[in-house]
Amino acid sequence: MQKEYTVTVYTEDRIGITNRITIIFTRRGINITSLTTAETEIPGVYKFIITVMSTREKLDKVVGQIERLIEIHRAFVHEEEEVVYQELALYKISTRSLDTGDIERLIRENQARILTITADYFVIEKTGHQQELTDFIKKLEPYGLIEYSKSGRVAIVKWSRRFHEHLKELQAVPES
Amino acid sequence: MQQKDVLPMKAEEADKRLAAKPVISGAEAVIRSLIAEGVDTIFGYPGGAIMPIYDALYDFQDKVHHILVRHEQGATHAAQGYARSSGRTGVAFATSGPGATNLVTGLADAYMDSTPMVCITGQVGAALLGTDAFQETDVIGITMPITKWNIQVTRQEDIPGAIAKAFYIARSGRPGPVLVDITKNAQFGEFEYEYIPCTAIRSYQPVPQLNQDAVTAAAAVINEAKKPFLLVGHGVLLSGAEKALIALAEKAQIPMASTLLGLSAVPVDHPLYVGMLGMHGNYGPNVLTGECDTLIAVGMRFDDRVTGDVESYANKAKVIHIEIDAAEINKIIKADVALHADAKTALEALLEEVNPASHEEWLAEFQAAHQKEYDKVQHRELYPEAGELKMAEVIRLISEKTKGEAVLVTDVGQHQMVASRYYRFKNPNTNITSGGMGTMGFSLPAAMGAKMGTPEKEVVAIIGDGCFQMTLQELGTIYQSKIGVKIVILNNNFLGMVRQWQQLFFDKRYSSTEMVNPDFVQIAKGFYIPGKKITAREDISAAIDEMLAHNGAYLLEVVVEKEDNVFPMVPAGAPIANIRLE
Ligand SMILES: Cc1ncc(C[n+]2csc(CCOP(=O)(O)OP(=O)(O)O)c2C)c(N)n1
Repeated sequence: MQKEYTVTVYTEDRIGITNRITIIFTRRGINITSLTTAETEIPGVYKFIITVMSTREKLDKVVGQIERLIEIHRAFVHEEEEVVYQELALYKISTRSLDTGDIERLIRENQARILTITADYFVIEKTGHQQELTDFIKKLEPYGLIEYSKSGRVAIVKWSRRFHEHLKELQAVPES
Repeated sequence: MQQKDVLPMKAEEADKRLAAKPVISGAEAVIRSLIAEGVDTIFGYPGGAIMPIYDALYDFQDKVHHILVRHEQGATHAAQGYARSSGRTGVAFATSGPGATNLVTGLADAYMDSTPMVCITGQVGAALLGTDAFQETDVIGITMPITKWNIQVTRQEDIPGAIAKAFYIARSGRPGPVLVDITKNAQFGEFEYEYIPCTAIRSYQPVPQLNQDAVTAAAAVINEAKKPFLLVGHGVLLSGAEKALIALAEKAQIPMASTLLGLSAVPVDHPLYVGMLGMHGNYGPNVLTGECDTLIAVGMRFDDRVTGDVESYANKAKVIHIEIDAAEINKIIKADVALHADAKTALEALLEEVNPASHEEWLAEFQAAHQKEYDKVQHRELYPEAGELKMAEVIRLISEKTKGEAVLVTDVGQHQMVASRYYRFKNPNTNITSGGMGTMGFSLPAAMGAKMGTPEKEVVAIIGDGCFQMTLQELGTIYQSKIGVKIVILNNNFLGMVRQWQQLFFDKRYSSTEMVNPDFVQIAKGFYIPGKKITAREDISAAIDEMLAHNGAYLLEVVVEKEDNVFPMVPAGAPIANIRLE
């Protein structure tokens, strides 16, 4: 059955690695819905967090093919309930809307916060799941939403396997 | 033929120069790095963006032999043939742009068939990258899905490291092709050269650790089996596991069948060898896959040409899959016991734990099936008395006259299937063919490479009239480099395999498959290669003798039955048990 999965991939820092990973999804006709990547706590090792709609069976095979790539350390498929995840959204609103007062209450009630205020606009930051973030747009719309921007998923796996330890061992091995 | 008045270096001089740790150009570093990897033969074609490397090569002609092919596709197939016959890594050179794009087919072919190959391409200067400069092509982007690894080098000091990594990756684990793209500035730039071979990459474990529990589990399944069946794939040859495999089969009396690429791992006349699997394989192994209770698949990946309809494949069997590439395990067929390991290591471990057994009744089922195929198909194919010449009888004669000891390089089509079915392979790594890609035009250049890789062996290319016309320009290379390959064209004036499908599945609507052919012998003559055309049964034996006796390249054209079909056959996507004998 198709549902949303999180795929995490640990890689070396190499030009073209994103391309190599995404080609594998492309070949199997799987659409990537979000992709986040950044350096991990270990210099030179990157973590990709990819969300996709697919089946477990297909993704297990995809992960096998990803792990076959030379610069990939490990790749995993995670069920929704196996990960703690968040996304981050920024909302730009006209400063005029602050006059009415109740937008500040709305911001507080939704665990969002104001990042910056200028004469023309101010920027709100909110983290949460995709649905919460888009629901918040609707609430903000009456106040004049100018721009909206959302990150991909950032995720942490619940199971306690010490991937951090494994990565630290890698640190000892020079990247050849 | 020397154009320059500067002569290339003599071996001693080159040796002296190689010993030092000097400041040299990136181009020379390429050549020295290749020499350090033990490369003695390069197949290639020069051009603007790789000229510095060719210039550096000029000095080392006594150390490395450059074979000037006639098309870069030919360079890749030759490198593949070289690698597959010799077990070493094949090397090809090409220039940027069109030179590099011409490598694509061979790279994809080598990727599908796990052939170790290192291709080096020249590239425009780093400052021009990404500007659509003259002959600039994004060869890294193009070849990403068809190489095991690729890299673009833009700084001369990175050249030795990139080449060391390229060879390590190409030949380790599940082998494959690697491409190193080197910009022109890096070829010209000088630096202090030092070569350190690559022995490890932290994100890459080429040889998995054998799991002893899995071995015990697999042995338990085999020891229980009433009808065990061994499938021999290319991985057996790649890991040099032939002896261990045969020992295991003999100890537990397990019948063995081979995939197309596994051919030659087991001598055809071995009493436990029961034939080839797959769409045009033998009747017994295909039908009895459905009957076995234990399937031990070694170094093979359950290609759809082998499994037919996956749902009905080996339904009664517990599957033991021995495979070095984790991504292949459970990809097509779910394994009950997976041995993620090098084939040789795994088979040797299994041999310890497997009990001696005999499966006479089960083996007799194979013999009966073989008899059925022999009576219905093989006998009249191999020993026809009247009518036009048949491909099978030509292969039988070549097999007899070479004692099954030649390196057989086949192209793609009916002749490939017939040669694979009837050549009686005796020694490992003597079957070279394009399996996963099925690339027409493969065999003439691959045969050239095979002969360079194993000059002591007789190399015979079996080629269809269609395939020959895809890469026949390599006759020029064969002549210029004096490569003594024997070329047999089985001419049916058709793209025979496609015509067979049209006959069987498209109502005999022969859309664009008839070929009006040139005079092949005359063409060979144009390349100074002697040859002969045979149309009559009584002439074929002597003609093969003459070809084999000839010292040097020779082309034999045999006109065979126009509308012959290859049977048995499993229609695409059908259950393999539905294999048709006629
Ligand atoms: C490059 C390429 N193009 C097309 C095909 C499809 N194809 C497979 S077999 C075949 C016919 C081969 O004809 P020929 O070389 O005459 O051999 P025959 O089957 O007659 O023995 C064709 C066209 C292919 N495999 N490769």
